[in-house]
Amino acid sequence: MGTAILGAICGMLGSFAVLRKQSLLGDAISHAALPGIALAFLITGAKDTNILLLGALVSGLIGTFWIRGMITKTHLKTDTALGLILSLFFGFGMLLLTFIQKQPNANQAGLDKYLFGQAATLVEKDVWLMATVTGICLIVLLLFWKEFKIMLFDADFTKTLGFNIRFIDILITFFIVLAIVLGLQTVGVVLMSAMLLAPAAAARQWTNRLSVMIFLAAIFGAFSGVMGTAISATQNNLSTGPVIVLVAAVFVIVSFIFPPGRGILFRQLRFRKNRRDLKLQKTLQFMHSIAVTHENIEHPHSIMILNNFQGFTKKTLQKLEEKDWITLSGQQWALTQKGFHSAENLYNQQLSDDSTAD
Amino acid sequence: MTAPQIEIQLIAVVVAIACAIPGVFLVLRKMALISDAISHSILPGIVLGFFLTHDLNSPWLILMAAVTGVITVVLVEAIQKTGLVKEDTAIGLVFPALFSIGVILIAKNANDVHLDVDAVLLGELAFAPFDRLLLFGADLGPKSLWVMGIILLCTLVLLFLFFKELKVSTFDAGLSSALGISPIVMHYGLMSVSSITVVGAFDAVGAILVVALMIAPAATAYLLTSDLKKMIGLSIGFGVASALLGYWTAHLLDASISGAMTTVLGLVFLGVYLFAPRKGLISVLYRQRQQRTEVSLLTFLLHLNNHEDSNERHINHLNEHINWQKVRSKTVLDLALKNNMISIEDDIVSLTSKGKEFTELALEYIITNKDEKIEPMKDDFFLFRG
Repeated sequence: MGTAILGAICGMLGSFAVLRKQSLLGDAISHAALPGIALAFLITGAKDTNILLLGALVSGLIGTFWIRGMITKTHLKTDTALGLILSLFFGFGMLLLTFIQKQPNANQAGLDKYLFGQAATLVEKDVWLMATVTGICLIVLLLFWKEFKIMLFDADFTKTLGFNIRFIDILITFFIVLAIVLGLQTVGVVLMSAMLLAPAAAARQWTNRLSVMIFLAAIFGAFSGVMGTAISATQNNLSTGPVIVLVAAVFVIVSFIFPPGRGILFRQLRFRKNRRDLKLQKTLQFMHSIAVTHENIEHPHSIMILNNFQGFTKKTLQKLEEKDWITLSGQQWALTQKGFHSAENLYNQQLSDDSTAD
Repeated sequence: MTAPQIEIQLIAVVVAIACAIPGVFLVLRKMALISDAISHSILPGIVLGFFLTHDLNSPWLILMAAVTGVITVVLVEAIQKTGLVKEDTAIGLVFPALFSIGVILIAKNANDVHLDVDAVLLGELAFAPFDRLLLFGADLGPKSLWVMGIILLCTLVLLFLFFKELKVSTFDAGLSSALGISPIVMHYGLMSVSSITVVGAFDAVGAILVVALMIAPAATAYLLTSDLKKMIGLSIGFGVASALLGYWTAHLLDASISGAMTTVLGLVFLGVYLFAPRKGLISVLYRQRQQRTEVSLLTFLLHLNNHEDSNERHINHLNEHINWQKVRSKTVLDLALKNNMISIEDDIVSLTSKGKEFTELALEYIITNKDEKIEPMKDDFFLFRG
């Protein structure tokens, strides 16, 4: 249940991350949250989930805004900024964690469960927390739907319309960070980015509409959550996080291959078809160029003369005959009137295509 | 200092140098995150290698892991080439999946052996000296020192041999293929080196620190210089310095060495980020403010130039006319006065001859956008230095 909600919220917010080309932000933030958890523990000395998550939230936000600052104010690129924040914050977090381990405090055990996550440790309270956050997130999403959408696709236009870009931007980032922090204790630091990305990347392949994409991403996320948990429950010592991620990865692979519009499978089929059409047209054109030199265009020619030209096979000839463009008789072929016209039009059509392309 | 301490520091330094060199190129090629992806996705390679050899110290492990690293890069590129998702998404999809496979493989099959995820991810430098290389019964020093030393040597040799090629293909892929240097070969060469370095370093210092050691020194150096050779030198320097400092910090706090090294790296980067002379945050902010003031000054002077009427040039009127706040208009006025561009009599502002000349030059520059007009002004104003 918890993982389903988590999957759903991650899918929703992940859509924004993917479309804003901030996919790896999730990775960076989930690492950057670690020192926050450790610091929160050091300061309060208690292992209260909410406080720890608050710490994670704060340090995640700091990390995010530092990344933003680095990209806008210096010439360091996005990837460098992300990698820096990720590794530096995480290293600092490790330092704190090992430091805590040396402290005489019995409470400390289990802090490192945030590293790899264990969905089994989720209690009802956590699930409620997640559900609440998801609810708030949904409401905000619906309230600011128009703003979010317009901002995603044309930030400059949004600015000219007088929307407060900064505010919307911060709002969206805040929710992404929130979702990541929530997911930490379920799937862990390393795999959080996949939780965020995979459902969204899968949903993107099925549709071009934002609303449908978010909806699909939420469903994919929820499903991978449920299935992952179910699979890991059936086997011994199979931690939940990795299984969820693998299920999500399967979704992604399926989504890459099968969707009718963008999928690899259909694209390959389309390629094939186009190539065949092109060959057919090439043959027809060659025939046309021969036929033009004769007064009677239906004058038969031997198939042999097509040989010095590559694009002829039994099959193409048959296809051409099927379309009524040529007639075959023994070793001879002849262009029909219809074939002659379509060959002429073929040429014209290409010409007009070219001119419109310019 | 005891012998293990010296050895730990030696290992840390060697690792830092070995990581800094490929790191520079990764940062320059905008592929910094690939190192992160590699460091995670080598896990299944290590696990598989372990199943094949049943020996944690076998060189096959490193080889398998390096191969997985290269496979990661190939996969990322293949996904990217389908055009379905962007590069960063492709990275983000590939490495968690591979990492998950690794984790599950460990969980299912390697329960009873000394191979857990924590060790792989975090590493512990403190144990490195106890893993010794024994050859013909003689103790030749810590094993990871040898491994990293060899990797470093290879990297250095490759760097010197292919420096020119790397440089060209990094900065201008088009030119390099025109010159007959295949960018693809360079790309995969660099990827292989990075992936071997990551693998060699990770069992000494952990996967996360490897990423930090690769990216942070290079990024820090990049803020300080734009010369490739200097950048490599600087990043090696930063890497070594933070390795040593980090070791002693960890010693003091009795905490993880790799964590401390990363923290030191972070602090060094923070310092440079804030205070770097030309590209640091403070100087960038200062420059931006200066430019804003100068643009205001220009607007102001143009405004004066346009109005002959004395009542249009009254100080108070200017305030409301250009619609600036008090403080800002005062800064601008002061700047203009200091440069002898305006004179104020009875609160009426008028241009001096120098101000007129300046305004005309600036106007001409704005209209024609030709650089030579403003050459003499470049010394005094940030604005025209671009």
